[in-house]
Amino acid sequence: MAKTSSAPRPFIKSNNLLSIADLSPTEISALLDLADTYADDTRKGSKHGKILKGLTQINLFFENSTRTQSSFELAGKRLGADVLNMAVSASSLAKGETVLDTAMTLNAMRPHLLIVRHQSSGAVELLAQKVSCAVINAGDGQHEHPTQALLDALTIRRHLKRLEGLTVAICGDVAHSRVARSNIALLSKMNVRLRLIAPPTLLPSGAENLGTEIFTDMREGLKGADVVMMLRLQLERMNGSFIPSAREYYRFFGLDQEKLAIANKGALVMHPGPMNRGVEIDSIVADGVQSVIREQVEMGVAARMAVLDALSRNLDTSSKAGS
Amino acid sequence: MARTPSAASERRAYVNARLFDPAGKLDQTGGVLIEDGVIKWMGAAVTRASLPEGTNTTDVKGALLVPGLVDMRVFTGEPGSEHRETLQSASRAAAAGGVTSIVIQPNTQPVMDDASIIDFILRRAQDTADVRVYPMAAITKDLNGEKMTEFGLLKEAGAVAVTDAIHSVRNSKVLSRAMKYAGNFNLLLVQHVEDSDLAGGVMHSGESATRLGLPGIPAAAELIALERDIRLVEMTGAPYHAAQISCAASLDVIRHAKERGLPVSCGVSINHLTLNEHDIGAYRTFFKLSPPLRREDDRKALVAGVADGTIDVIVSSHDPQDADTKRVPFSEAAFGAIGLETLLSAGLSLVHSDQLPLERLIEATTDAPARLLNIQGGRLQQGGNADFAIVDMTASWVVDADLLKSASRNTTFETRAFEGRVTETIVGGHSVYKLSDH
Repeated sequence: MAKTSSAPRPFIKSNNLLSIADLSPTEISALLDLADTYADDTRKGSKHGKILKGLTQINLFFENSTRTQSSFELAGKRLGADVLNMAVSASSLAKGETVLDTAMTLNAMRPHLLIVRHQSSGAVELLAQKVSCAVINAGDGQHEHPTQALLDALTIRRHLKRLEGLTVAICGDVAHSRVARSNIALLSKMNVRLRLIAPPTLLPSGAENLGTEIFTDMREGLKGADVVMMLRLQLERMNGSFIPSAREYYRFFGLDQEKLAIANKGALVMHPGPMNRGVEIDSIVADGVQSVIREQVEMGVAARMAVLDALSRNLDTSSKAGS
Repeated sequence: MARTPSAASERRAYVNARLFDPAGKLDQTGGVLIEDGVIKWMGAAVTRASLPEGTNTTDVKGALLVPGLVDMRVFTGEPGSEHRETLQSASRAAAAGGVTSIVIQPNTQPVMDDASIIDFILRRAQDTADVRVYPMAAITKDLNGEKMTEFGLLKEAGAVAVTDAIHSVRNSKVLSRAMKYAGNFNLLLVQHVEDSDLAGGVMHSGESATRLGLPGIPAAAELIALERDIRLVEMTGAPYHAAQISCAASLDVIRHAKERGLPVSCGVSINHLTLNEHDIGAYRTFFKLSPPLRREDDRKALVAGVADGTIDVIVSSHDPQDADTKRVPFSEAAFGAIGLETLLSAGLSLVHSDQLPLERLIEATTDAPARLLNIQGGRLQQGGNADFAIVDMTASWVVDADLLKSASRNTTFETRAFEGRVTETIVGGHSVYKLSDH
């Protein structure tokens, strides 16, 4: 692992980070190396306030997310950017302003980095076509959440020292999860053996073509797993529409000590948060020794620092510079 | 454009054409003489030399002369959304595509569920449209699937069929009564086949939808609705037409129904014959259609279905949408694409690539819809309306949305290169479109 911030110079071709699908394995590795450095440096207390000095970062969240927004805010501030948070309430959209209107308005303020979360798949891509700054997808509908996949990979790599050849089980509401999609995209590029574990109603159509193994029995799926990645189950899906009840879900798909014991010894337990304790995960497991859930939050800031840094390097050489 | 009576008596002729009308088993070099808006004389004997003195004669130099196309599924914005399309702009788009009759759908604002609105449409068409306009009326009031409209009065006012346009009549009891009642007035019932509960998504359900994180519409949503409807046809004996089918399995359902002698027919849009789900690419909303574009296997099967006659008609499903409804995230965007001007050229791309015989393409866009709706046209016949199109089979052109005649730009064929283009369109003996550089 690199030990200083000047070591590996990451290079990603694109001026935006819209999806993991757009990144090559080399680019992913470069981003992870840089993020690794930032994680170490932050722990040591090193400062990087000059990297984004003089650059403006706007966090544009059409959908509420305190955690992701704070993480991006902190990442920007640690690198010295001027960070502005904009929450676009549902009411202003109800007034008839479209995503593109909002994009043009913000573009006129000439930011350098625009972090966007939106409830519709593809909305960030649409917006990116209309602005002249670097755009980072902070989650679009059920499509992708690329920085989450990067931070997850970083967490795994720091613990297990590699990605290639590992067996990762992604469990829960895969059908509606952008976290799952980005993780599937990233981990399969890095030659991870992937398994999806979910009740059939929460598996997406065509799942069999995603290059993963599919299990509807959690115990079967956990055998031999090095990493157990749990997904959040939205409350509105527990009331009989997709699964009959939270308690039935917990019984068959909740991660408890007994089910975790089926996975490989010392298997990592992950969750993108916020957790529904007692629904998809048992508190003892969530807070147990195998859990790296809090570390994921820490790696989130580091991974986002790496992405902001990498994209800011492309600002100078492209026409995207706001100056 | 209103037709001037003085011009109607003018004698015009087109000679040296490949007269092509598969329904009349016609494929020969010859000409057409027009008088008073009808085909006075037609055939191999009609040449420049044989025509009476003073006839205004055009030599089309071997170009194809086909009956004017009858497009059975056209959406306009008049009344209610004139910024998207008026009857006039739709008719100009039609004329540029060789379409001489457009059958417009009732989901306007207000809905075409009352004889007075049919009357309004026909008067507006008379005053402003370049091609013939035939309205379909709603099956149920406000298209809400509950109360039947006045089929008898609507037919008297000029409605040629009944349909709830983009909605499927969901209640089986309402639909069975509507079928019986429509059958009694000899009105075709046209249904959008989709189980709305199962549909719910925005594109074909499958791997692509999953990768894009978009909710899917499974093929079963179409099959279930179609199979239910056919059971009701069996029960009522009334003629029924599935507006558009989109998947291979629907062909089996239609085939089986036809084998049993049921009065069932169906259509397909040119989009579904030439495109598939992958054309959506990175959330291209112009390709968001209802029914959705499906797999390549489905597309191939649909083309074969047209070729073997299982599918009766090809439609453009012309549906103008503007930036307000299309320049938004995919799941929020409206369904639909324009297609009147590209219908024939896109169809010819299938002919040129040997996927579809020319006879079937022309029959499915002319005589078949005209017969189903019991309207004049769709044929080249002496004594019939002089509605036809002249097509240069080898002219190549590239679609540029900005040059299309429709008031909207949402074409699925932007920058597509086509071989074969309409060079002139004649309605009631009048040239309503002429390709300028020809």
